[in-house]
Amino acid sequence: MISGFGSAAEPVSRLIEEFHKLPGIGPKSAARLTYHLLRMPENQARSLAEAIVAVKERIVLCSLCQNLTDTDPCAICGSTERDRTMICVVEEPLDILALERTGGYNGLYHVLHGVISPIEGIGPDELKIGELLARLRDGSVAEVILATNPSLEGEATGMYLQRLISPFGLRVTCLARGLPVGGDLEYADEVTLARALEGRRAL
Amino acid sequence: MTAPKIYTTEAIVLKHANFGEADRMLTLYTPNMGKLRAVVRGARRSKSKLGGHVEPVTHCSLVLARGRNLDTVTQSQTIESFLSIRNDLWLTARALYLIELADAFTPEHAENYPVYKLLLDALHGLAKVRREEAASWMQHLMLLRYFELQLLGHVGYQPQLRDCINCRSPIQPVENFFSPSGGGILCPKCAHTEPVVRPISVNALKVMRLLQRGDYATASRLRLVPELSRELERTIQGYVRYLLEREIKATGFLDRLRREGM
Repeated sequence: MISGFGSAAEPVSRLIEEFHKLPGIGPKSAARLTYHLLRMPENQARSLAEAIVAVKERIVLCSLCQNLTDTDPCAICGSTERDRTMICVVEEPLDILALERTGGYNGLYHVLHGVISPIEGIGPDELKIGELLARLRDGSVAEVILATNPSLEGEATGMYLQRLISPFGLRVTCLARGLPVGGDLEYADEVTLARALEGRRAL
Repeated sequence: MTAPKIYTTEAIVLKHANFGEADRMLTLYTPNMGKLRAVVRGARRSKSKLGGHVEPVTHCSLVLARGRNLDTVTQSQTIESFLSIRNDLWLTARALYLIELADAFTPEHAENYPVYKLLLDALHGLAKVRREEAASWMQHLMLLRYFELQLLGHVGYQPQLRDCINCRSPIQPVENFFSPSGGGILCPKCAHTEPVVRPISVNALKVMRLLQRGDYATASRLRLVPELSRELERTIQGYVRYLLEREIKATGFLDRLRREGM
């Protein structure tokens, strides 16, 4: 029980407490949200409640790509339009949204749900790596694109996966490292610049 | 006198964690202020001018603004990015091991220049050797052991390797015993005085003394047989585990790489 709200009616103080458990919501914000909901039309409040229940009940991990989905296999894995010989490996489900927004990729995905971080004690077993290797076994995949973040952990994960995948004899690629559009050479760090030089191409 | 609002320092970036919408919280090791935490605003955006310079395992020069709780990085410039470490999975894992040790044994805001120097030199040492050469592989292992023993000395846990920690008599060149709880060597007669001891060979003890004395030049030329190398690793890491009362997490990943023969 959050101190100070004990005098509110039981359902009210209970909702305040539930809000308080969310990230970034302090006791004051929790109370404000609760009283806002109390003043809301009933159908709106009900639709919010149903939406919360729906994500918990209907969202599962796609048995192929491990993305969050309400159908199994997910819309991307189930689509007949997509190129099934390519798998793009990403850290988080949100990365798929970013890649889909480019409209430049028509293959399948695989979500690791994290990244190898030895200092945090997150190793390969905590990620969906076994599931990825299982997808490669039937030989239908020709290329794996490693699209982990260009951070120390992301690169370590990429190198680790590359070594695991190399026995399959597939083409393993990673996203190019280089300068962002609208960026400034002067402020670019040495690692990015060095890789941008390595990856330069003929115009 | 109040402390200036803006200050400049060199630092080794130990680790980072996501913070807020697009920020990162860094753990830094500095030469004159010890371990610090600082925020980099917007570091996760791909156009961040600061983010690329403050990845973990980077030696950089920073300008920081003092905040009420946390200081904020306002300018960053890489001094050494240790690209050769970044490009190699083994080296990355080893560098993270060194960093986790340094992080675990040091408190925030306590100046300890020798630790800074040791970590910086060790990272340069890792970056220099080439993985294909078997000789440099061995050098690496010696570098890790050297780092462990020197670090323990700099933070006040130097193990006693000359005299028996119980009877104070000089250690003889026979099989003796290492006691993590006693923080040193017990002679065969005193081995029963501590609850947990592990036997230590004459050669392992000699190498430990050499590394503790700081003679890395000699130590790096040693070619240890694998059993001796493993004995040293187990003895020192057993002591580290006892002191920290936990596992060093990065060893889990190193063991796995070794197991999978990568």
